[in-house]
Amino acid sequence: MIRSLPDSFIYRITYNAYVLLFFAFLVMPLLAISVLAFNDSNFISLPWNGFTLDWFFSSTDERQGLFSDEELLASIVTSLTTGFFVAIMSTLVGTLAAILFEEEQFRLKGLLYFLALAPLVIPGVILGISILLTATAAGNHIEDSFGLDIELFRPSYWLVVLGQFSFAATYVMLLVSARLKKFDRTLEEAALSLKATRLEAIWYVTIPFLRPAIIGAFVVAFILSFSNINTTIFLIGSDPTLPIDLYSRIRFSSTPVLNAVSFMIVLAITALAIINVFVNGSKK
Amino acid sequence: MKNKTNFNSTFYLLIIPVFIWLIFMIVIPHIELLISSFLVEDDMGEMVISFDNYIEFFSQKIYWLTFVKTAAYSIGVTLLAFIVAFPIAFYLTKVASKKSASFLILLLIIPLWVGELVTVYGWMVLLGDNGVINHFLMSTGIINTPINMLYTDFSMVIGLLYMSVLFMVIPVMSSLESLDDSLIEAACDLGASKWVIFTRIIIPYSMPGITSGSIIVFMLVIGDYLAPNLLGGKNSLWFTEQIYNNFLQTFNWNEGAAFGFLLLILSSALVWVALKLSGQKLEKVGS
Repeated sequence: MIRSLPDSFIYRITYNAYVLLFFAFLVMPLLAISVLAFNDSNFISLPWNGFTLDWFFSSTDERQGLFSDEELLASIVTSLTTGFFVAIMSTLVGTLAAILFEEEQFRLKGLLYFLALAPLVIPGVILGISILLTATAAGNHIEDSFGLDIELFRPSYWLVVLGQFSFAATYVMLLVSARLKKFDRTLEEAALSLKATRLEAIWYVTIPFLRPAIIGAFVVAFILSFSNINTTIFLIGSDPTLPIDLYSRIRFSSTPVLNAVSFMIVLAITALAIINVFVNGSKK
Repeated sequence: MKNKTNFNSTFYLLIIPVFIWLIFMIVIPHIELLISSFLVEDDMGEMVISFDNYIEFFSQKIYWLTFVKTAAYSIGVTLLAFIVAFPIAFYLTKVASKKSASFLILLLIIPLWVGELVTVYGWMVLLGDNGVINHFLMSTGIINTPINMLYTDFSMVIGLLYMSVLFMVIPVMSSLESLDDSLIEAACDLGASKWVIFTRIIIPYSMPGITSGSIIVFMLVIGDYLAPNLLGGKNSLWFTEQIYNNFLQTFNWNEGAAFGFLLLILSSALVWVALKLSGQKLEKVGS
């Protein structure tokens, strides 16, 4: 049953077969799109017609490859910069929230903490529509009162950033809190007794201890932003993020360039995951 | 005295950004959602307070049927995810060698991080009438006509399971990690069968992980849009799709707000019941 106990042959075979099946289930869709990204065909299906890099590099009308498709490249850039801003904002606020809830005592702490956890159990759709409704209401109000049209209050790039930030900060907070729980508070007290201010103690003692968790949380926030569609779809303005662009292509005009993009995403994520395992592995 | 003021200013430095985040991005939007759901446009084009949006939901069979179906399917997929994920979590923590486990965990992380859209698209490529699976089955002569798998409830459930199952594996793994092997060895020495060990030791011990996993999976599934929309058929209506249609196609935002609020009530109620039944706190779910 476990490593130290012997099992019957049948039990072992069945169990291993199940695990194998599960991982096949996991890998199959990613493998299929990755392989078909190199298929020399205008349709996203088998048979295999030979190897080609057209869906990456070609720029003919019939076959517009990833690197010559300006719309697609623009949406990739939008997603990258959105992810960057979301990660910066949510890492900052999420880390502050972690320190606040772990180290400070104040009135209504329980209520605030509950609110900070709420995005875990609010479907992304709901966050998207609530923020859209609020921004629109605020925008209309400002336009009626002051005659100003502020872009932030319409579906736009920065509204997407705010919307994704609203839930990404929760995940940052949880990741940083987990590390802060292992922090020896006497270190901070030692700094304080050596005449450091509270702020200095946090900056020179607590933050350096939290650094690995903060970096990890930054990456997670970026990935959350990069792959989000449920919240983003309501807040998007004139420049779509990559998932939104891909979604409309899947619905209306699939070509194997979708596989090429998906393959690049799989490749980048695999690299990130390997780095992650490597970094975590060397820490132990 | 100096220290005291410093302490306070640092406290405000911590709390103000967090407060702004929670008030402006969480509290106010949900109040606005609730208010909007009670507004309708009257004949003069003015917004008036009314229950019409909710009456519409209960009087149109398609809406509440979809609502009930979404809830039932979400609970079903959560159960399925537990059944599929538990042996895997157990294998990775207790059976596999440390080395192969870390490789397999790497394989787990990749689909999780790649994002739902890419994996849903992958399933479209696999399950389509001209898809990879049908191609292989036909070229090996097992079947002559393609099996219709895509755009059915079957493909929708596959997609929902795929994107959520890892959120069950990971919390269960982290609760199994601290389970002492000697408990299982002792039970085995005393003659307990595998079934008894499983139901009396392993399951009770990993209950916190199972609860967290179930809540996360349920929330992801009930709030999902891509799998029902891209993999489901004409009859695989999902409640989130009704909300999307109201906001992005018919532009009846107030009715959409009412539907959104109903979804929020439903999901919060079920999560609350799950937390009460298991005696677990919400903060445990995240960790």
